[in-house]
Amino acid sequence: MNPEQLKILGSSFLGDLLKSVNLFYPETALVVTFLLAILVDLFTRNRPSCKMSGYVSLIGFFVTAIFLCNSPQGMSFAGTYAVDAFSIFFKWIVLITSFVIIVFSFFSKELFGEERQMGEYYTLIVGMTFGMFLLSGATNLILIYLAIETMSMSSYILAGYTKEIKRASEASLKYVIYGATSSGIMIYGISLLFGLTGSLNLSGINAYLAGNNVNHITLLISGIMIIAGIGYKISAVPFHFWTPDVYEGAPVTITAYLSVASKAAGFAILIRLLNSAFTIHAAGDTINTAWSVMKNVDWTMIIAVLSVLSMTLGNFVAVWQTNVKRLLAYSSIAHAGYILMGVAVMNYTGVSAIMIYLAIYMFMNLGAFFVVMIIANHIDSEDLEDYQGIGYRSPWLGVAMTIFMVSLTGLPPTAGFIGKLYVFTAVLNSGMYWLAVIGVLNSVVSLYYYVKVFRNMFLRGAEKANQPIELSLTVKVILIALIIPNIALGIWFGGLVNWANASAAMILK
Amino acid sequence: MQVVPLEYYLLLSGILFSIGSIGVLTRRNMIIIFMSIEMMLNSVNLTLVAFSAFLGNPSGQIFVFFVMTVAAAEAAVGLAILLALFRSKKTIYVDEVNMLKW
Repeated sequence: MNPEQLKILGSSFLGDLLKSVNLFYPETALVVTFLLAILVDLFTRNRPSCKMSGYVSLIGFFVTAIFLCNSPQGMSFAGTYAVDAFSIFFKWIVLITSFVIIVFSFFSKELFGEERQMGEYYTLIVGMTFGMFLLSGATNLILIYLAIETMSMSSYILAGYTKEIKRASEASLKYVIYGATSSGIMIYGISLLFGLTGSLNLSGINAYLAGNNVNHITLLISGIMIIAGIGYKISAVPFHFWTPDVYEGAPVTITAYLSVASKAAGFAILIRLLNSAFTIHAAGDTINTAWSVMKNVDWTMIIAVLSVLSMTLGNFVAVWQTNVKRLLAYSSIAHAGYILMGVAVMNYTGVSAIMIYLAIYMFMNLGAFFVVMIIANHIDSEDLEDYQGIGYRSPWLGVAMTIFMVSLTGLPPTAGFIGKLYVFTAVLNSGMYWLAVIGVLNSVVSLYYYVKVFRNMFLRGAEKANQPIELSLTVKVILIALIIPNIALGIWFGGLVNWANASAAMILK
Repeated sequence: MQVVPLEYYLLLSGILFSIGSIGVLTRRNMIIIFMSIEMMLNSVNLTLVAFSAFLGNPSGQIFVFFVMTVAAAEAAVGLAILLALFRSKKTIYVDEVNMLKW
């Protein structure tokens, strides 16, 4: 290579880098927040339970949100990271969840009960947010792996943050063992895919698969191994074994975080992988064209089977649960199944249905976990039996929980109904009637255990009405702030639907 | 000099990966489980390097650096969590850690 060529190469590299930095402002803001939160923690070390670095993280999230609002779109860092409408939608879900989780943490007795150093807790949440941001835009297998690990590593520690509670450290250990194994399986699949196609970029893999005949069996094995790694993150059956244990053992705030944010990020990468690597893209591909999935492996059927397994196992096992956190864990497995139905459809209607569902799922699940946390603060229990009479002891908590449960079941007029409606419509439009029927039957089963919570709160233990639970004003405000989207999105859902439809587009380069 | 064919590397890494996964599934001692996970990751490294040399594409070798870094970080986090559990339960055997069950 002569100096002239090197110069051109160097300037194009620099040009790409400068362009990429413009696209990378929200992530940069998160990293700065991460560092600031550590610094602030160092200055407030001698005052345990100080919330200073928590406030710094909240401000950082706010700044990130401003950058995210004005974010341009494009491909950055030599085609490894896509900033498109699709990833920005998922970044909003992750960012809002992280913000809400830090606010929740301020009220958690479990976390602040002991004189515990809380600085790292917020720092790790910011780090995890960063990992999920990267995951929602990653288009290179190296970046996908690193983003998944950034997010997992923080969540292993967060799950065991209350380390003197035996349950929490057990949960965290199980999480790290299952997590490391599943990421090992995923990366073996990645190495096989690299060997098959000679490329680590999703677009390169796509181009090779479209143009050449590869060994079907190897492609199937490597694809299933990668889906196993992602399936672990979204807790789809049969990769769900960690979910109930970790959800029960971890602090409630972290359980809520794992059930919403890391699931959303996992779905983002699953959809991007299937769309960018395993779908044939014609020249004039728009949002309205159906995906033509490559014929060599039947990805649709694999995802549909995962979806049916997740829904059925999640809902049926949830029926027998006596611990509310465990019940919500199985319910979250079931919801992963409903969302996977949208993936199995393999077109943009399905993708936008998933986005609507995840946005709504965020509000209902965060709400349910917030109520569980406030109740645990007062009665020190997460047992369904101990929930008797809560509706009389604190009508606020009772009514709020009922609304969230109705929303999770998917009954009108709540937002959950709209989420289910769009997913089922997408499935029916694609002609997979059997899948829609299984989904509807599963929703009926889920009604049983969600109503069980309601029954314990209102139809039993009326004699406990003389031990009222007093809620502070801020808790009431947060409850209302969580109830409003659950009702409002059930009635005025046009805005969300339009936004999701507009965001379903992915940059394919 | 004769070059070792690609299949030999792939076979070796397949065997290492299987030994690693069997170790994770059957061993009770958590430190040995972590060692088995390391073995799985190293078999991946072998596959990546072999493919990289075979295809003449260096990105596989770059990937190996990242895998090694992540493996080190994962071991550090895993052992720290193990230590926290050992302080409260005085055991490193997985079958004695069984408070959470369905």
